[in-house]
Amino acid sequence: MAVFILRRFIISTFTLLAASFVVYFGVSISGDPFEDLRGIQDEGDAQIQIAARRELLQLDVPVPLRWFNWLTGIFRGDFGLNIRNQDVSALLSNAAAATMQMVIVATVLAIVLGVTVGIVSALRQYSGFDYSLTFAAFLFYSLPVFWVAVMLKQYAAIEFNNWLRDPTISPTVTVVVALLAAVAWQALIGGDRQRRLVVSITSFASTAAVLVFFSTTRWFADPGFGTIVVGVMSVISAVVATYLTAGFRHRPPLQAAGATAVAGVGFYLVGGPILAEPSAWTLLGLFVLGIGAALGIGAGLGGIHRRQAMSASALTAVLVSGVIFMDQLLQAYERFFGLVRGRPISTVGSATPGFTGNFWEVGLDSISHLMLPTVALLLISFAVYTRYTRASMLEVMNQDYIRTARAKGLTERTVVMRHGFRNALIPVTTLMAFDFGAVIGGAVITEQVFGWQGMGTLFIRGLNEVDPNPVMAFFVVAGGSIVVFNMIADIAYAYLDPRIRLS
Amino acid sequence: MSTNTEGPPVTRDHEPTQVADDGMEVIARTQGQMVLRRFLRHRAAMLGLGTLLFIVVLAYTSIGYGPFGGWWDKSFLRTGTVLDGGRPTLFTEGFALGEHPFGQDNVGKDYFALVMRGTQQSLVVAFIIGIVTTLLGTLIGAAAGFFRGRTEAVLMRITDAMISVPTLIFAAIVAAVFGRTGIVFLGIALGVVTWTGLARLVRGEFMALREKEFVEAARAIGTSNWRIITKHILPNTVGVIIVTATLAIAAGILLETALSFLGLGIQPPDVSLGSLITEYQTAMVSRPWLFWWPGIFIVAIALSVNFIGDGLRDAFDPRQNRVRD
Repeated sequence: MAVFILRRFIISTFTLLAASFVVYFGVSISGDPFEDLRGIQDEGDAQIQIAARRELLQLDVPVPLRWFNWLTGIFRGDFGLNIRNQDVSALLSNAAAATMQMVIVATVLAIVLGVTVGIVSALRQYSGFDYSLTFAAFLFYSLPVFWVAVMLKQYAAIEFNNWLRDPTISPTVTVVVALLAAVAWQALIGGDRQRRLVVSITSFASTAAVLVFFSTTRWFADPGFGTIVVGVMSVISAVVATYLTAGFRHRPPLQAAGATAVAGVGFYLVGGPILAEPSAWTLLGLFVLGIGAALGIGAGLGGIHRRQAMSASALTAVLVSGVIFMDQLLQAYERFFGLVRGRPISTVGSATPGFTGNFWEVGLDSISHLMLPTVALLLISFAVYTRYTRASMLEVMNQDYIRTARAKGLTERTVVMRHGFRNALIPVTTLMAFDFGAVIGGAVITEQVFGWQGMGTLFIRGLNEVDPNPVMAFFVVAGGSIVVFNMIADIAYAYLDPRIRLS
Repeated sequence: MSTNTEGPPVTRDHEPTQVADDGMEVIARTQGQMVLRRFLRHRAAMLGLGTLLFIVVLAYTSIGYGPFGGWWDKSFLRTGTVLDGGRPTLFTEGFALGEHPFGQDNVGKDYFALVMRGTQQSLVVAFIIGIVTTLLGTLIGAAAGFFRGRTEAVLMRITDAMISVPTLIFAAIVAAVFGRTGIVFLGIALGVVTWTGLARLVRGEFMALREKEFVEAARAIGTSNWRIITKHILPNTVGVIIVTATLAIAAGILLETALSFLGLGIQPPDVSLGSLITEYQTAMVSRPWLFWWPGIFIVAIALSVNFIGDGLRDAFDPRQNRVRD
């Protein structure tokens, strides 16, 4: 296994080297590096500047040698200078953080959402849900990224911010949204006509109630959860986590998950001072500690169902942490709202210039900047993952071992989660590596629409000015992260498919 | 959309007709006829095909192409006086096109003519990308999968190196090098960087098929490699190739628009759908039609091509469509 990954790593390093030469060569011959200087009126001045740039870009040296010089520089951690004599390493460190954040968030969300929706869609094959989802996936797949980004900027940012001045929901919108929810839920849950009717009515009523509540309390002006909602959501998390990992046939997993949820809410009630001004590391430590505690609870209460109880309570801990995190973020909303003068969804840049605040406020600020570019980037990947997972899950569910599993009397939950889900994921892992490169390419475009000074700008400006060093800096980060992602995909593959591990 | 495309029961015999035991007439169909039948019964694919044909005919007959004139009298290059703030006249007075059906831009160019020109150019680039990708991908994949050994190692290392660069990045560099030399070269250059996916698929198919008994039989009677590839293996992979080629065209449309957005695609004064959106993206509030029309055309083309591809996939490989028991 280790040998397998090491071999892949060495091969990808060499392919990356070869690709770097091609990219370097392509950029170097792509145009005239003196284009902007040719227009200078003063002939003597132009000659001096052209000579200076020739010197700076080493244009007298043949391209392969220049590439070699660049390569030796990289191994010393020196990315060289750009056409304006700025240090590319400094430009890169500013640019890479924001871009990679966006790319990774988009990829992770696309995988989680896409796989979940794809599985549900396969289990409800040829339902209304399946058809609408298929259509949506095709639509997302056919949308130009920048077109979506421009639309999001207009409607989800500018118009939404305008709406926030008076955040009330009109009765028409309430009825329409509630109707849509009713249609979606009955298609999702399925069953006979009576059950569908009950589901429709319940979801219509509850959606409408929630929307009316939001509207009358002007919730969007100062969103927040409060202790009761955190408690309720934690209990729901425990039930969902138990359903997904262990089912309800035996008590211990549910008890363990419930105990974890109670412990989480308990920490939420007494741990206020720690959560008020944390650093990122404190939060990470708390998260790891919480998972550890959950595993302990699971092991303690699990009895003979120890393994299932442990995974149920660990999943509960993850979900409850998420709920508490959201709650803390929203508690900082009021001050943040004032700081950005009542226009929370940003359309320009990756952070508000000169914005300072505690962890939660800075967090809200970067979320408000990240949100729309990430959604624009997400749509295509989401569509690809749903289609792929759906196809893969359908194929798996037609296999003989699924019939065997059903025949020996396993519950449908066990058949789907243990025998179907895991095997359906195997082909999806190979998609991960491919898709990641596409997301990085998409990021270049979304960044342009939202005016980020990110890696995309580095790339495009470098390419337009026939300036290889910034382009190569972009390439090193993009190519390097693709190699890393490939390895993650390989490891996931080996974890899911023992035939790879043991060979 | 994924309707059950299985036709009535068919036999695999090659006799023209025969009467089964129960007296029902059974019509024999060749593989090609079965595929065509399934494709023609795929509703979404037919809708896509119709839409695509409509767009192609509209784009090429309206303003004409090259030496051929069209029925629309306005040119996409000519400016004019802006009437009624440039608002679209389509269907404003009953079912009529009006003076400027898609409106006008800020210097009075007829936007219908501009969008038609953009559609023409985007389609040309996309089809060239599709053709080049298919030829290269099939050739390289077939060579790698059939000959194995050193040929395969070299070809697959090249493929891997190309895959390690995001397509858009590679395409942007290639477009920067070749983009100014004209639309045909742009299409060819983009095709040269997008063949990797198809090559991998074709290689996989070839590797599996070359071990099959019918290939061994052909080799045993002394058939040449060329004949084995073209007559015995390639016809078995044609489904995968056609489907991927279709999807490559849809991806090509989007790739070209993305590059135009970055200023690297088709250069002014010529236009493509992507460059139209880019040029008028700031007009979204004041003149929304300048933003919407090219976008709608891109989505319509890409969506119909994708549906055609899906229909072809179902036609060639109906396994996915079977309802679970």
